[in-house]
Amino acid sequence: MGNNLQTAAETIQEKYNGEISSFRDQITLLLSKDSIVEVCQILRDDFSFGVLVDETVVDYWRRKEPRFQVVYQLHSRQHDERIFLRTPVSDDNPITSSVVSIYPNANWYEREIWDLFGIRFKGHPDLRRILLPKGYQGHPLRKDVPIKVEETRFTFNNDELARGKPRAKD
Amino acid sequence: MGLEEKAGNLGFVTTTLENVVNWSRTRAMWPLLSGLACCAIEMMAAQSSHYDMSRFGMELMRASPRQSDLLIVAGRVTNKMAPVLRRLYDQMPAPKWVISMGDCASNGGVFNNYAIIQGVDEVLPVDVYVAGCPPRPEALIHGILVLYDKVQQEGITEWA
Repeated sequence: MGNNLQTAAETIQEKYNGEISSFRDQITLLLSKDSIVEVCQILRDDFSFGVLVDETVVDYWRRKEPRFQVVYQLHSRQHDERIFLRTPVSDDNPITSSVVSIYPNANWYEREIWDLFGIRFKGHPDLRRILLPKGYQGHPLRKDVPIKVEETRFTFNNDELARGKPRAKD
Repeated sequence: MGLEEKAGNLGFVTTTLENVVNWSRTRAMWPLLSGLACCAIEMMAAQSSHYDMSRFGMELMRASPRQSDLLIVAGRVTNKMAPVLRRLYDQMPAPKWVISMGDCASNGGVFNNYAIIQGVDEVLPVDVYVAGCPPRPEALIHGILVLYDKVQQEGITEWA
């Protein structure tokens, strides 16, 4: 494990009461969602984590509080090190802070997260759907959304289900 | 009868107007160059020299919907692509036909989820469905020949 990464993790842990876990030299910091913007600022400016490689979210469905965890993966090109940040987001009020002010490429990541998981980002300049069509209802990658949109048709129920299908006119 | 007997072997052929128009339509049916997913690979293979769709009047695939009369929906149709496809279809001049190629275009196939239209017949009027995942070029060509049979049976009243 690199020196820079070690000191970065320890600094953040001390200052923002983050929870460190590591797996095969990969460090993950669990933070509260109020501190994420400041932490990103410090990691970028003081520890050269200049690249936001990915921002995504995990849905731990049926666990109520916190249901989601937003995951940030940062990379330092200078030291070739990676650090993972996680912030819990609750089910009742799925909102967290946007890091667009620190990493501009977070813009589209956060739009994608909003689109597919329905998590809002405070301070995002343009939070609208990015992948799904404009009028789409709901957030389909949440785990409580049913996978199937249509009942599977077999010989015994084919006619019945085919009757309910919309058909194009010429 | 009648005319043939009188004309002898002067080189006349008598037929119906329906027959000759439908014959000419099936011998120069140009498909739209549009592939949506992996079925497009098989469609390209069907066009290539090994299978050679040119034998059936499909000399070339047109890149413009205004020059084509057959839309081969080759692949899964996403919710976002459906309006685009419908627009392409609307831009094609009549008479026009649609082949739904493969399971995904016909009924959603394995993609029973939020992103995919469950059958392109929800947005376009389909003439022939070709089953398979993906259908081999022979299957596509068979579908085209089935479509030709259908076109050949069209009556003068349906042209209006």
